[in-house]
Amino acid sequence: MASAGQATRLEPHFQDLAKQTHAARLGMWVFIGSEALLFSALFALYAAYRVAYPGAFEDAAGHTNLALGTIMTAVLLTSSFLVAMSLGRIRRRLARDAVLFLAGAAVLGATFLVLKGMEYAEHFRDGIYPGVWYRASALPGQGANIFFTLYYAMTGLHALHVLGGVLLLAWLAWLVRRGRIDDAYHTPLELGGMYWHFVDVVWVFLWPLFYLLR
Amino acid sequence: MATIATAPRPPGPLAAGRANYLNVETTVRSWLGTTDHKRISILFLLGTTASLAIGGSFALAMRLELLTPEPLFMDSLTYNRLFTLHGVVMVWLFMIPAIPTVFGNFLLPLMIGARDVAFPRLNLASFYVYLAGAAVVFGGMLASGADTGWTFYPPYSTTTPTAVVPVLLGVFILGISSTMTGINFIVTTHTMRTVGMHWSRLPLFVWTVYATSIIIVLATPVLGITVLLVAADHALGLGMFDPAHGGDPILFQHLFWFYSHPAVYIMILPAMGVITESVATFARKNLFSYGAMVVATLGIAFIGFLTWGHHMFTAGMSTFDVAAFGALSMFVAIFSAIKVFNWVATLYGGAIAVSVPLLYVFGFLFLFSVGGMTGVAQASTSLDVHWHDTYFVVAHFHFIMVGGTMMAFLAALHYWFPKMFGRRYPERWAVAATMLVIGGFILTFSPQFWLGNAGMPRRYHTYPAEYQALHVISTAGSWAIAGGLVMTLVYLVVSLWRGRPAGANPWGSASFEWLTPSPPPRENYATPPRIDRGPYDYMPPPGAEDGAGHG
Repeated sequence: MASAGQATRLEPHFQDLAKQTHAARLGMWVFIGSEALLFSALFALYAAYRVAYPGAFEDAAGHTNLALGTIMTAVLLTSSFLVAMSLGRIRRRLARDAVLFLAGAAVLGATFLVLKGMEYAEHFRDGIYPGVWYRASALPGQGANIFFTLYYAMTGLHALHVLGGVLLLAWLAWLVRRGRIDDAYHTPLELGGMYWHFVDVVWVFLWPLFYLLR
Repeated sequence: MATIATAPRPPGPLAAGRANYLNVETTVRSWLGTTDHKRISILFLLGTTASLAIGGSFALAMRLELLTPEPLFMDSLTYNRLFTLHGVVMVWLFMIPAIPTVFGNFLLPLMIGARDVAFPRLNLASFYVYLAGAAVVFGGMLASGADTGWTFYPPYSTTTPTAVVPVLLGVFILGISSTMTGINFIVTTHTMRTVGMHWSRLPLFVWTVYATSIIIVLATPVLGITVLLVAADHALGLGMFDPAHGGDPILFQHLFWFYSHPAVYIMILPAMGVITESVATFARKNLFSYGAMVVATLGIAFIGFLTWGHHMFTAGMSTFDVAAFGALSMFVAIFSAIKVFNWVATLYGGAIAVSVPLLYVFGFLFLFSVGGMTGVAQASTSLDVHWHDTYFVVAHFHFIMVGGTMMAFLAALHYWFPKMFGRRYPERWAVAATMLVIGGFILTFSPQFWLGNAGMPRRYHTYPAEYQALHVISTAGSWAIAGGLVMTLVYLVVSLWRGRPAGANPWGSASFEWLTPSPPPRENYATPPRIDRGPYDYMPPPGAEDGAGHG
């Protein structure tokens, strides 16, 4: 059963499935490295501006919603955990469980986006907009302005990645349900999980920078 | 391109109708939807050549305008748009993609004995993303064209009324295309090598494409996010680099050059690979010190990430930083010099067959050496303060970066033309064109060293009358380059139909891409080849017994 499945998934330019899987994993790692550099440019800007405006950054970080930020962290970490669980279930041929775990992970990802949106709305009410639109009377000054410009740029870019991840998880759940991913062949699930963990790790760095360092 | 395979052929080996990647399918659809790395290479050849023609005509118009000290036929704004678009098109649509996507795509799988790249569909997607990026850039150009220079420095780039946003978005999209190709080549080099193709037997061209891919993957995202921030500032008022809202424009320069300095190594490393392949083939000799070449390739890729600050010596940097960036920049010259000496040492005592690719190699060696030495001079701060933003810098980077990439692109085009199309080009016409291109290049850019040293600033539309003689020489040179390139285009296109059949290995090269017929069949190799020697084994080194010697 397994061998027949493997044969159909082997692309003609690979000699065997082991090589093909190795290539797919390496490709994902290189892609994640590239993604890390995409965020690192923004982290570099954060570091430079934090050095330029140390006091204002502390005050501004004190203004973000620590409780909401911490809940979002927990939501994302749980979601990542569920994806890891789904992979284990697939390997043990428990496809039904895997679909449930993946769907749960996607729902948690969507929950994260809703919470993020609620937080943005809260900031907008205080006049905290990015860049030239910044109107916060409670936190005047250029340092707070640039802090929140960075906040929107970095959490916004991260939220786009979460959105992509939620769609990806939903698609993976559908693939498992249709039997296109099984114990013999689960590379897409593995790679999707790697991407989702990466998105999670980025948030693990954003959380202290915007919520904890106050 | 579909017509190539269906056109009547002169008698010769090809008349037998052997199936190859060009004639296996001939519909337009089979080209536009292909996942064959060789066909994607041809698609990229069309795209990058068209970009070269467009970027080149901007340059010709600028040089024509500079014939006289006073405005000749355009206003300052038009001139500003021309040098911006010349830079954007040449950097992102020609020099960065040209050698990796055309020759890297065609040769990487052939050289490592693979049937295709690791991700053929991603490869095709990379081409369409390239087209989309080009369309957005040219759309912005038609809208009103950016006038910021290709470097997009804020605060000017965030306030100019010209169409800078589409040009920035186009650059972002082109970056995605580059990254897709980079990921593909890294994975291909790691996982698709055939039996016996150890890392120590990889042709140098593979090493350079691999090193370039690493730079692409690590540097391009930084540029991507940076141009997005500038575009968001222009369109939405993000203000990340706006001093009125707490931003620092110098930080943009740091991020921009963190990509754009390694980008010159993205351009030059594959060029060095082409030069290495040509030198070994036309000297019919083992490469002088394969190991040193590999170390120098990876060394340039690594140190290249630590030199970006030398673009900002006059931007208010601390003396210590300036010294550090200056020293690191000079360090790159050591690796480059190792390569130049190795090429020369390979030629020394070789059975040299002078032909067009080798003439371009000589052109490369001259332009690269002069460009490199003026580069080391500029890494010295005291001199850089005098030359900063003058024609001296323009001449320097056109010698080393444009000269290097162009010479190598043309060398590659002639060296692998028989491999790609199975035909020869007319040697005499090609030699004449080569002379025009190399001579024209030297004529165009040498006077600019003197202009810059005498104080002529870059990006100016008018100039004092005493600079005119040198400007006239420079403009005359640009016509010679254009003439040579048009000639090249004409005889190469004619050769597609009328060229003599080339045979499998017209140059008698030992490198692995010539093990297949020319042009290669769709699947490259009938059975995966088994490699038991290095790529430059023309004669066994004295005392060697394993036959795996690499010089």
